[in-house]
Amino acid sequence: MSDLLARIGFLQEGPFAIPRWTALFANIDVLRDGALITLLVASLGLVMALALGTAIGVMSTSHWRVPRALARVYVEFFQNTPLLIQVFMLYNAIPLIWPGLFIPVITIGVFGVGMYHGAYIAEVVRAGIQSIGRGQLEAALSQGFSYVGAMRHIIIPQAMRIVLPPLTNQAVNLIKNTSVIAIIAGGDLMYAGDSFAGRYGHYGPTYIVVGLGYFLMCFPLAIWTRRLEERTREA
Amino acid sequence: MDSFLNGPVIEMLRDPILYIGLGYGLLLTLQISGLSIVLSFGFGTVLGSMRYSKLPVLSQLATTYIEVIRNLPTLLLILVSYFVLGLPAMWAATIGLTIYTSAIIAEIIRGGLNSVSSGQWEAARSQGFTFLQSMRYIVLPPAVVKMTPAIVSQFVTVIKDSSFAMAIGAYELMFKGTILAAKYWKPSQIITIYVVISLVYFVINFTISTIARRMQTRMSAGRGSIGG
Repeated sequence: MSDLLARIGFLQEGPFAIPRWTALFANIDVLRDGALITLLVASLGLVMALALGTAIGVMSTSHWRVPRALARVYVEFFQNTPLLIQVFMLYNAIPLIWPGLFIPVITIGVFGVGMYHGAYIAEVVRAGIQSIGRGQLEAALSQGFSYVGAMRHIIIPQAMRIVLPPLTNQAVNLIKNTSVIAIIAGGDLMYAGDSFAGRYGHYGPTYIVVGLGYFLMCFPLAIWTRRLEERTREA
Repeated sequence: MDSFLNGPVIEMLRDPILYIGLGYGLLLTLQISGLSIVLSFGFGTVLGSMRYSKLPVLSQLATTYIEVIRNLPTLLLILVSYFVLGLPAMWAATIGLTIYTSAIIAEIIRGGLNSVSSGQWEAARSQGFTFLQSMRYIVLPPAVVKMTPAIVSQFVTVIKDSSFAMAIGAYELMFKGTILAAKYWKPSQIITIYVVISLVYFVINFTISTIARRMQTRMSAGRGSIGG
């Protein structure tokens, strides 16, 4: 068997050679640690994006002009400039403005994806709120529902159906975008993979395993998004 | 604020080297994203039609491609194009972005085609329209209305994500800016450079987003579709 394998050239040399795979799996804990950091940044970032997105989304449906304008500026700025610049501003500019202030790279990652995807989630929340006619809230209140009761039983269940599919889609994009912290040595899955691959030149196998890692994190969410979309369409 | 706006920043803003550097960066950014947009529009249309088609082999091939690629970071695809495929930096960025964006555009196109109910399709065929005629006159007009704004706003994502090319050393706007930031090393200068680059991206992307939003309002006002 090994004799046969030895005769097949591309298994012995080239970008996907067997020795490269064995070297990778001997060091697989490096990638595992990176994946854990990616998961950490993604989950904290998602919490931040949801909180910011909800607050800004509600602001953009406000009756007052000032919060509405502030929400607009926030959304337009973050949606129309690259995440990478925002991360670089946090990484390079903040320590220049406050000398001596040290922000750990993981925190930069959380704030970076949190603020960036917060802008997208704000738009999702705004669309969700606006899709429910004001008449429904007024009708519920006139029927003796309290404000909280009306929200809980009438508005939020309907809004959730509209909001949930694009929200899970944003969660997928957020997980993928945590990879930009690799460019500032973030220690995440992409960084771990890239620095391992770069050190020994085992790019092929490493990128396949890194890709598999991201796929395993994102695919279940993507499937769930599709289910939610189908349910929304049927309803 | 005083230290922010005196001497060094003004001096830097008067230096033509800044504008030449950023100008070349912008050119490469536009080149990478322009090429990616054109290529992924073509490839995405093919993929989307494959997935929409009733031929199992074609549609499964397209589905697999789309599902795998959509769940991978764009940065990874750019790194693979550079280190594994061995392409030069500018092409690695273009191909990496194209591999990703095609999958997204394919999904938008399939969504647009699916939004036209099969009843309309059957009605057209029963009235003697050929496949191409039903596509051209019945299915495509409302489908294009549905997908155009989404495709245009995907272009914004391509322009933003072309900044990932700095990871492989392509001298696009973001990387040029970072290099210039090291040349003018003073804090106020570095911050100004980042603000200037952000503004450049913002002006381009905001224009495109505004066009996409206008299209959406105008198109959903009913041209070419029945009942929106």
